Amino acid sequence: MLEIKNLHANINGKEILKGLSLSVNAGEVHAIMGPNGAGKSTLSSVLTGNPAFTVTEGDVTFNGKNLLELLPEDRSREGIFLSFQYPVEIPGVSMVNFMRTAVNEHRKYKNLEPMSASDFLKLQREKKELVEMDSKLANRSVNEGFSGGEKKRNEIFQMAMLDPKLSILDETDSGLDIDALRIVANGVNKLKRPDNASIVITHYQRLLDYIVPDFVHVLYDGRIVKSGGKELALELEERGYDWIKKEVEGE
Amino acid sequence: MEQQYIDLYKSHHESIKKHSAPAMNGLRDASFAQFEKLGFPTVALENYKYTDLKESLSIDYGLNINRIPIPVNPYDVFKCDVPGIHSYLYFVVNDGFYPVTDPRNTQLPDGVIIGSVKEVAATHPELLKDYFGKLSSTKEDGLIAFNGAFAQDGFFMYVPENVVLDKPVQLVNIMRADVDFMAVSHNVIILEKGAKAQLLVCDHTVDEVRFLSNRVTEVFVAEHAIYEHYKLENTHNKTTNLSTLLIDQDSSSNVLANVITLHNGVTRNMIEIDVDGEHCETSLCGMVIGDKNQQVDNFTSIIHNKPNCNSRELFKYVLDDTSKGAFTGKLYVAKDAQKTAAFQTNRNILLKKTAKMRTKPQLEIYADDVKCSHGATIGSLDETALFYMRQRGISADEARLLLMFAFTNDVIENIRIPALQDRIKLLVEKRLRGELSKCEGCVICQ
Repeated sequence: MLEIKNLHANINGKEILKGLSLSVNAGEVHAIMGPNGAGKSTLSSVLTGNPAFTVTEGDVTFNGKNLLELLPEDRSREGIFLSFQYPVEIPGVSMVNFMRTAVNEHRKYKNLEPMSASDFLKLQREKKELVEMDSKLANRSVNEGFSGGEKKRNEIFQMAMLDPKLSILDETDSGLDIDALRIVANGVNKLKRPDNASIVITHYQRLLDYIVPDFVHVLYDGRIVKSGGKELALELEERGYDWIKKEVEGE
Repeated sequence: MEQQYIDLYKSHHESIKKHSAPAMNGLRDASFAQFEKLGFPTVALENYKYTDLKESLSIDYGLNINRIPIPVNPYDVFKCDVPGIHSYLYFVVNDGFYPVTDPRNTQLPDGVIIGSVKEVAATHPELLKDYFGKLSSTKEDGLIAFNGAFAQDGFFMYVPENVVLDKPVQLVNIMRADVDFMAVSHNVIILEKGAKAQLLVCDHTVDEVRFLSNRVTEVFVAEHAIYEHYKLENTHNKTTNLSTLLIDQDSSSNVLANVITLHNGVTRNMIEIDVDGEHCETSLCGMVIGDKNQQVDNFTSIIHNKPNCNSRELFKYVLDDTSKGAFTGKLYVAKDAQKTAAFQTNRNILLKKTAKMRTKPQLEIYADDVKCSHGATIGSLDETALFYMRQRGISADEARLLLMFAFTNDVIENIRIPALQDRIKLLVEKRLRGELSKCEGCVICQ
């Protein structure tokens, strides 16, 4: 589904990704872990086309298409979803209006008619239950005045509405208490299907108790330096990252 | 520039007076003398620093001093399609009140008088005598003095004690001429104790010539009266609209003024609200969507003379291309106006580096027990919000539009007529999309 080869990217001239390669197939959950500043969030920004980052080398294909040539909105319409580490507040834009616009832009891309108001409301109700989201939030402005937990739930709600092929969860566990974490993880698990995939970016192993990965990768200094099964996450939790840094530097 | 008008007045003041309401002639010579002294305002004056009228005033406009009827029937051509809005509809063609009124207007509540100043001068001279020029004649301003010298008619509305106008009154100013034309009018609005009225003023142009309008509106809001004033400017870019809105509030009255500029050439709104009684509520709002060479200046003052009053002021600008915006928010709290709560906000978005905005909050507070705040910002659209929306599949253009629309939304929320609010939402959206923002089926503002 996703094939990243030798990806180099920088922000304001500073190189962050230094030859990252990764391949994700349908049905898989990949966890990406790593110390602060390793480039975890840069990877999610580059995959979604954030204009603040510049790709200098490498290839990314998504379902056979050259992802790097696509506009951010077209990447979304092709099925890439990012659950933001810091969801943005947009005062004055109601959740309903925002979501309806997004859903209909996705439909337009697939040559489908806009969704009727009643179908949309039905879909919205159904997906809100998935993350136990307060129905009042839908009438508010996007993320405005939402608590940390509400914002993250809202991300998963949007993910459910847009039904992506590849979802990237960027530090979705940060700022969540244990109940909110369980709800968010439950939502993600319910959305898992054999034909979609996830990349879970996280700092701590905690989230992976709930969202069980098929593969765990360690990102360090802009590259994936170690890959393994879910037991690698436990090892990292126990031993920290220093032994990996030593291994890399000893190369 | 002034000279041709000074000469015109000297040679024609007899006919100006002859074709005017007698009540308007009382102050005419004094106004003229003041205009002779002040001349037209220039950028050298602090109050006009950001609106250069030189180009607009260099045009050789025609004036209709002899009040020759203008051949247009607004009822034939104007179909204001605000679904669900039922209004008492009146027209002013250039600066003349259109005499034939809509049959629906005969169902006005008892005692309400709506018509031209000229008409009312004949039927109710006492009403005009007490109010005409009461607020405007005290101002030292060249444009107001000019208006006093040349205005021959205007719109008049009187709502008697405890009468509530069940529908909004809609006043459509239509500019229609074959040559470059200047319209000068003076409106008077009176709400007696406990009265309630909503007025919607729409500015439209029909012809492609240069227009300049100089309109002064005086509003008297008595105790416990509620007045809402909406102004929607949607005129072509060769139009200069110079408007003065003076409102006087007596105790426990409630005033909302909301001025929206969607399209025009040069706009200067001078708005002054004098709060002359206790326990008043005042809301002054406005929005500007400017592009190309548009120039919009909202020069506003809220004067708190009495204690225990609240005022809110909110102005938002979205400026594109080489458009220029200016906002002055003078807030005056007199020494005795204790317990005043006054809040002012002006926020502006520049879509291009070539657009310019000048904002000037001006607080003069002489009382010591007050709550006052002001805030002014100039910025561009939030890039992180744009990216967030694009990540959800919303195109960059659509995302920008949603953000701009959201930005102006709180001004639109300050429209207390639901049908009008919906219509203005639509017009603003169309305007932001770059489509012609005229009302559907309206052939007036093509």
